[in-house]
Amino acid sequence: MICSVKLFAMAQQRTGQQEIKVTVESPATVDNLKTAISVQFPELGDVLPHCMVAVNTEYASPTDPITESDEIAIIPPVSGG
Amino acid sequence: MITIVRHPIDHDAVLRAVSSHQAGAVLLFLGTTRQFTGEKETTALDYDCYEEMALKQMTRLAEQAKEKWQLQGVAMMHRVGHLELGEASVAIAVSSAHREAAFDAGKWLIDTLKEVVPIWKKENWSDGTTEWVHHGC
Repeated sequence: MICSVKLFAMAQQRTGQQEIKVTVESPATVDNLKTAISVQFPELGDVLPHCMVAVNTEYASPTDPITESDEIAIIPPVSGG
Repeated sequence: MITIVRHPIDHDAVLRAVSSHQAGAVLLFLGTTRQFTGEKETTALDYDCYEEMALKQMTRLAEQAKEKWQLQGVAMMHRVGHLELGEASVAIAVSSAHREAAFDAGKWLIDTLKEVVPIWKKENWSDGTTEWVHHGC
């Protein structure tokens, strides 16, 4: 399946894209997706281990399942306030 | 009031949002753009956010604080985009019957916002370089 993944801050800057398309074998977990991203977008490789993943605007665990229709985002360490 | 804005923060509006005749204390916190971080000099900040998720998280924090400290009102406004030195990036107001709850809730809200709400700042340093702030990266 092909998942759309939103990017912000440094992740967006590294790729020059607000959203990337990631090919991942179905069924897949959040962890599988991160592995696929690090292969398909090596420029994110060193950032990804520090990032959380949000699925449908909630923080997800590495073992949570993902589907093509989910809204997925990479959340680098936050620095608001 | 829980909101993300792209214009200067109107802290009077944030205070008005928590106004209550049941309150004996109203607390306002403003986070502002600081010039020096150690030896490094900031000239401006740029903020990015995942707006839909950030609003959801901020709403949840407000609800949790309201319940835990029995607050009369909670309001949070975060600004994104480009900020000059001294400008406020975030305003948090709480109102409660007594001051202890207002101080405790206000501290918890800004501390927790900085840990979980998907908003990011980019430093514009005085040497012309820029740097996204991602602690741990």
